[in-house]
Amino acid sequence: MSTIALKVNGKDVSAEVEDRTLLVELLREELKLTGTHIGCDTSQCGACVVHVDGVAMKSCTMFAIQADGAEIRTIEGVAQQGALHPMQAAFAEHHGLQCGFCTPGMIMTAIDMVRRLGSDLDEATIRHELEGNICRCTGYQNIVKAIQAGARAMASQ
Amino acid sequence: MDLGDIVKGSPPPAVVHKPKPHDSAAKHMTGEAVYVDDIRTPAGTLHAAPGYAPIAAGRVTKLDLDAVRKAPGVVDVLTADDIPGANDASPKGIGDEPVITPERIMFYGQVLFVVLAETRDQARRAARLARAATAPGMPMIDVDDAVVADSTVLPDYTFERGTPEDEIASAPRQLGGEFRIGGQEHFYLEGQVALAVPGEDGDMYVYSSTQHPSEVQHVVAHVLGLDSNAVTVEVRRMGGGFGGKESQATQWAVIAALGVRKTGRPCKIRLDRDDDMMMTGKRHDFRVDYKVGFSREGGIRGVDVTFAARCGYSEDLSLGVVDRTMFHADSGYFYPTVRILARRMRTNTVSNTAFRGFGGPQGKLFAERMIDHIAYSVGRDPLDVRKANLYGGAGRDRTPYNMRVEDNILPEIVNELERTSDYRDRRRALAEFNASSPVLKKGIALTPVKFGISFTLMHLNQAGALVHVYRDGSISLNHGGTEMGQGLFVKVAQVVAEEFGQELDRVKITATATDKVPNTGPTAASAGTDLNAQAAMAACRAIKERLFDFIEQEWGVGRDSVQFREGKVIIGNRAMDFGELAELAYRNRVSLSSTGFYKTPKITWDREKATGQPFFYFAYGAACSEVTIDTMTGEMRVNRVDILHDVGKSLNPAIDIGQIEGGFVQGMGWLTTEELVWDSAGRLMTHAPSTYKIPTASDVPEDFRVALYESGGNRADTIYRSKAVGEPPLMLATSVFSAILDAIISLKPAVMPRLDAPATPEAIMRAIRATGAGDP
Repeated sequence: MSTIALKVNGKDVSAEVEDRTLLVELLREELKLTGTHIGCDTSQCGACVVHVDGVAMKSCTMFAIQADGAEIRTIEGVAQQGALHPMQAAFAEHHGLQCGFCTPGMIMTAIDMVRRLGSDLDEATIRHELEGNICRCTGYQNIVKAIQAGARAMASQ
Repeated sequence: MDLGDIVKGSPPPAVVHKPKPHDSAAKHMTGEAVYVDDIRTPAGTLHAAPGYAPIAAGRVTKLDLDAVRKAPGVVDVLTADDIPGANDASPKGIGDEPVITPERIMFYGQVLFVVLAETRDQARRAARLARAATAPGMPMIDVDDAVVADSTVLPDYTFERGTPEDEIASAPRQLGGEFRIGGQEHFYLEGQVALAVPGEDGDMYVYSSTQHPSEVQHVVAHVLGLDSNAVTVEVRRMGGGFGGKESQATQWAVIAALGVRKTGRPCKIRLDRDDDMMMTGKRHDFRVDYKVGFSREGGIRGVDVTFAARCGYSEDLSLGVVDRTMFHADSGYFYPTVRILARRMRTNTVSNTAFRGFGGPQGKLFAERMIDHIAYSVGRDPLDVRKANLYGGAGRDRTPYNMRVEDNILPEIVNELERTSDYRDRRRALAEFNASSPVLKKGIALTPVKFGISFTLMHLNQAGALVHVYRDGSISLNHGGTEMGQGLFVKVAQVVAEEFGQELDRVKITATATDKVPNTGPTAASAGTDLNAQAAMAACRAIKERLFDFIEQEWGVGRDSVQFREGKVIIGNRAMDFGELAELAYRNRVSLSSTGFYKTPKITWDREKATGQPFFYFAYGAACSEVTIDTMTGEMRVNRVDILHDVGKSLNPAIDIGQIEGGFVQGMGWLTTEELVWDSAGRLMTHAPSTYKIPTASDVPEDFRVALYESGGNRADTIYRSKAVGEPPLMLATSVFSAILDAIISLKPAVMPRLDAPATPEAIMRAIRATGAGDP
């Protein structure tokens, strides 16, 4: 067991973790941040994407201990002062979800996409960037639309 | 404003027919929406993990669990001996699906024991420490093995009209063939999960990610030896279902409940994804053998087809699933004489189950394959042969099960899509492209969809609802349907809000629970809205009846002069808030709560005689897909898709378009990339998304045009004349399969290669080689 200190959604957190505890387990089981989902258990579906020091990361593919000293943002920390982030608002407006299970990971990936590639995203880029996020319900059409709109809204903020 | 004038006309609907967002959209944005795995568990909750059979057939001769019991964190181990009631998780209670198998092994991955530990990680690690000595038998893995052994889960079943063998023999042209249709893993993004919590008197409260809470309730009771009233099952939402949680959620809920029974502590199980894929049933895969006789123009005279389905080790839902394959072996085409024989093969593999379309897609894929075969053999555009064989008026309107198709709009839909997709011009452009492109070849296809709506098991066509109006005018809604992302909850809430003239946000949607609405059917067969919205409307109308009586007594105003609209109740010349009326009604001792019930009218089905009208109506649609294949590698891309789909008068066009897009892509995955592979020992080799290829965003055509067919609404008297939309769009994707075939055929016209589904690059290469194209 090791003690780690990290910042999660702006709050200082310290936790006792086993060396093999995954970051997603820490978030969900210890910190009760259950908006980060586990879909495939094997780092493929992207339902567990969070931001580690601002970078999108599949939290089932990282040990909690590797997050020692890091700043983590989960889906619960994306809205600020009760107002949805423009990317969240765009997913809601464009019906970018059905069962909702992939949605938090999609939003975290999308925000990171804009950070890296800017807000003027063409459809092909978005589709390519989403290859690590599986949605089984929507056929992706509304997700792609939502990301395009959300990216533009982020630029005008 | 003279309110007296307003009440004379009936206002247009204010909430239904509108593109309202999914009811949980806001919560999904912020991660607040709670799935079963997100529920805060009570202190002391144990975690269960299954240990499974390492062979596909045979017996366990000795199961040594000593090391399992001694492993860190292990509290107990469940075996078949711990089951107080029936050791059976089968949907029909016929005893062929042991919750934990006592000795006999029927598939690789069958549950042998269950570890209960303090943490999930401990339970899973301990499960690996078991030592099972086995006496292996000879497994039957695929359909051919089972056909050789004549091993079935149910008797063969046939639809027959006329003497197709005579018609085929005397027709100007005949052909036949054999091909394979693959299965499909659901890959609901939220895997199988359940949490059971003990109550008083041995009662059990079960949170289950299930499409069929009543069945989970009944099976838990049966296995624990309890009355059904001692078990309550609740589900607020699922992270996807697609049929994979119609019967397949039950076993895991039962195991959680058994853990509670054995230890007295709450118990949770969430399957690891690899275990989930190995242990739960999938879409049935088929071998199809067919003969058809037809005119020189391709007009069908007689069809003789045999379907052999891999059902797996038990019956599960294979009766209904494979019947639906037969019901849809006509796609949208009239067969003057026909024999459809279906065989349900028993194999030593996981028990195949419901999957969006419920066997229908496989039947339809056969029909499209046969039409393509006919068209290429007579040298006509397949679209022309399709149109020539569509159901028509009198004399051409009987299905192979002798139901009259009375609401057929396929000719209109197909013609409109042919025009809007620019099919003919693109067909010409594509021929020019192919003539000048030696390696890349394009194909195009336009295929129809006709899907029968109703459960073919008649008693499932019923639903219940429970509606309360509180004194402040807020409304609580409950019904037997479950939400898996399809938008059922918001559609039913729209209907309820419309009834009371309220904004949607005045209707609180509550979790499906067996102690609120009992004896429900599964949320399946696309019928969730058709059934549950009608039941909810009936409940609302019962409350409104009492309010009308109260209003008449209180103000002397008859119901014709009362309207519920815009948040108000308009009573003659008086308008008041709905909450004000509710409070007054309460004070005058008027009940503001009601159940509602609905059963689908008209439908009949006598399976023994194969006669009746099993479907209340049909949902229709058509899709046109264009693909490019690389004839050197077998790679394929879908370039463009045009869809025209009939949802009657949509209750919620945003939700319906989402179902169409999502259904199409899921069907496209089934027919192109999603390949299930078992080895000869019966091990599933594709047990994770690393090896089982689910469509990603980049697999979806950028040019994807979806339109709703403009109609006067469903001719059947459905809720606001809408049509069911859950399953039918999946079958639009057969257009991709036919387009791939079209591209392959362009290499050597008139040579029909065998193309099996899914049309993976390997399958496409096999078909290309089979044409002999490029051979010296």
